[in-house]
Amino acid sequence: MRKILLTSILYTVITTILLGIGYPMLVTVIARSAFPKQANGSLIVKNGTVVGSSLIGQPFSGDNYFHSRPSAAGTGYDPTSSGGSNLGPTSKKLVDRIAADTAIAQVDHPGVPVPIDLVTASGSGLDPHITPAAAEYQVARIAKQRKLSLDTVRSLVAEHTMQRTLGLLGEPVVNVLELNLALDHASPDRK
Amino acid sequence: MTSNGWLQIALFFALIALAAKPLGEYMAKVFDRQKTFFDVFARPLERLIYKLTGVDEAHEMKWTEYAVAVLLFSFVTMMVTYAIERFQHWLPLNPQRFANVAPDLAMNTAASFTTNTNWQAYVPEATMSYLTQMVTLAYHNFASAAVGMALAIAFVRGIAGREKNTLGNFWVDTTRATLWVLLPGSLILALVLVSQGVVQNFRPYDTATLVQPLQTQTTGTDGKVTTQTITTQSIAQGPVASQEAIKMLGTNGGGFFQANSAHPFENPNALTNFLEMFAIFVIPGALTVTLGRMVKSPGHGWAIFAAMSALFLAGVFVLYWAESHANPLLHDVNQAATAMQSGGNMEGKEVRFGIANSALFATATTDASCGAVNSMHDSFMPLGGLVTMVNIMLGEIVFGGVGAGLYGMLIFVVVTVFIAGLMVGRTPEYLGKKIESYDVQMAMLYVLIFPFSVLLFAGVTVLMPNLGLASLNNAGPHGLSEILYAYASATGNNGSAFAGLSANTHWYNLSLAAAMLIGRFLMIVPMLAVAGNLAQKKLVPPSAGTFPVNTPLFAVLLVGVILIVGALTFFPALALGPILEHLQMLAGKSY
Repeated sequence: MRKILLTSILYTVITTILLGIGYPMLVTVIARSAFPKQANGSLIVKNGTVVGSSLIGQPFSGDNYFHSRPSAAGTGYDPTSSGGSNLGPTSKKLVDRIAADTAIAQVDHPGVPVPIDLVTASGSGLDPHITPAAAEYQVARIAKQRKLSLDTVRSLVAEHTMQRTLGLLGEPVVNVLELNLALDHASPDRK
Repeated sequence: MTSNGWLQIALFFALIALAAKPLGEYMAKVFDRQKTFFDVFARPLERLIYKLTGVDEAHEMKWTEYAVAVLLFSFVTMMVTYAIERFQHWLPLNPQRFANVAPDLAMNTAASFTTNTNWQAYVPEATMSYLTQMVTLAYHNFASAAVGMALAIAFVRGIAGREKNTLGNFWVDTTRATLWVLLPGSLILALVLVSQGVVQNFRPYDTATLVQPLQTQTTGTDGKVTTQTITTQSIAQGPVASQEAIKMLGTNGGGFFQANSAHPFENPNALTNFLEMFAIFVIPGALTVTLGRMVKSPGHGWAIFAAMSALFLAGVFVLYWAESHANPLLHDVNQAATAMQSGGNMEGKEVRFGIANSALFATATTDASCGAVNSMHDSFMPLGGLVTMVNIMLGEIVFGGVGAGLYGMLIFVVVTVFIAGLMVGRTPEYLGKKIESYDVQMAMLYVLIFPFSVLLFAGVTVLMPNLGLASLNNAGPHGLSEILYAYASATGNNGSAFAGLSANTHWYNLSLAAAMLIGRFLMIVPMLAVAGNLAQKKLVPPSAGTFPVNTPLFAVLLVGVILIVGALTFFPALALGPILEHLQMLAGKSY
């Protein structure tokens, strides 16, 4: 018994050095030299300031930007408090929230059903994407606000749409932050 | 449901089946201490570890010594974790200057990671320092997985042994599981994950300037509304990839961030998602082949693989079907699946994963004792949530946790063989071993501890308005589901949650810690007792009355026994939770 306890203590110390320190350090060293951008968070830098990460969504609700999904992370898209609403399908709070957001979204297209992702909160609260359906739903508003043609806006959306990996895995997505940065670039005076 | 969705699910399952044979045979060699191609790298490290810790690798342990070693080692690592959490504020690698973790939360977390559960009652990115995450939490991801594999191999040796009274050496099995399987697998997976965008650094959190500042309104306690403009976003960082890899490969599931594998820094795209799901099942799937090889009946291994596959496919079908459906309580929204959106129930789900990959991930993570999530189970449709709960309540034996899934399944095999024996009126035999009353008693003890803990804790909690019900995020039957899920997840060492439950309270922290410890260690002892007893038995030659355990009939019977035991114990509770909620939803009722 005492011998097993002693072995347990020694074994914990030795394997902690190997697995708890050696292994993550090794991964860090290799990652830093092989994939420096990814390892540091795929940050987007504009004029010397970090304006976000291409993997982390931001809250957009202005008329001249593509809106992102509702977020339950902190006050919205807060990466220090990631997570979902955790409201179940029969939650009155959820049903009311979606009804309110739907009413706001439908100002763009009265009477047309809103793509579901645009009024539901993601699991992470940081979802950088919307569906192509949700982007198309907003194209007319953006074109009007930015005084761009529908075709120009649609082609910007297409540029920032990622199809399924290998044509098979995942779902098609539109990166909202990158798309909105491209919009600002295309019509900078209408920020 | 779409054809593309089914194609992704089919591809996933095909790759798990294809990987089972080579990896399973490799692991059999590793645990039998035969030569493998990886010895060049692993053997010197192995020898060094034994030298430094004084382990005699030729020493064989009886089941009692094996059990004591498991318990003491787990106890020591748990105490170290508790201590580091309690002192993290004064320790290095804490750039956000997080405070020491409160005693009840630290105890809950230490129990959680030691037992391979990875239940998380805290927000990691606002609570745990980088040091705590890598030296204690990620360390346990290795250690608890390796211990699980060692235990499974010990049980297999019990079946394979002939008039022996030993089950192998715990230290050797744990070390070989780590050095030959978990460490190289994690290293490769971690680097692939980084290449796709999973972060790996020790930097303080970055501050980004928001492209469009955010206006938020908060209502104070005095009813005054204050408007606040938020102009920056604090981007959490950390050594994530290294932890993410072993989190999946060791079926641990403890996220570096609260959102777990839904977080873009843990799981940025479809490829990483596919690899993470693959990592959950690959070792448990292959262990069935290891079993077949070590007991010299490959057909038996495949029969168990088939039984697991049937339960997995049934689960993923129902879950995918349920989540694809529109929530009838919502109006003016488009929930149809088209080429431009995956439709369905998107609350709590990421666009990049859609419905199919969320359903597949949720099935895999609850079939195995993983508990990582890429979508929030609490927001699933009632029948979708039901599947995740049923998977856990069946004992996580559908592929299951690394090691824990296999020995859990083998306990059910013993019960099945016994029932088959009763049906034909012969003494039950399992691979040439007579199954006697001691074996069945211990197996049933193992089977009964689980529902005992789940239902007792959940029942007591429901009776306490202040300690129990005050933590609920949802009212009505969904509230009961949150509590039921918590204790099933804890006792089953799964670690996923209906996460609306505010579990960081004294009652939940301590009662869930107790449930986790019961679910791991109290169940290990009768399991090893069966193994020890089987090992010393004489071999009886097969006769006309022997029930073969490598046939489709056996697989069907095994599935039947699992479902009957699970349904009989949990159906009444489930009827009051998700099943009732489903009926109420169809009736148009919200809470």
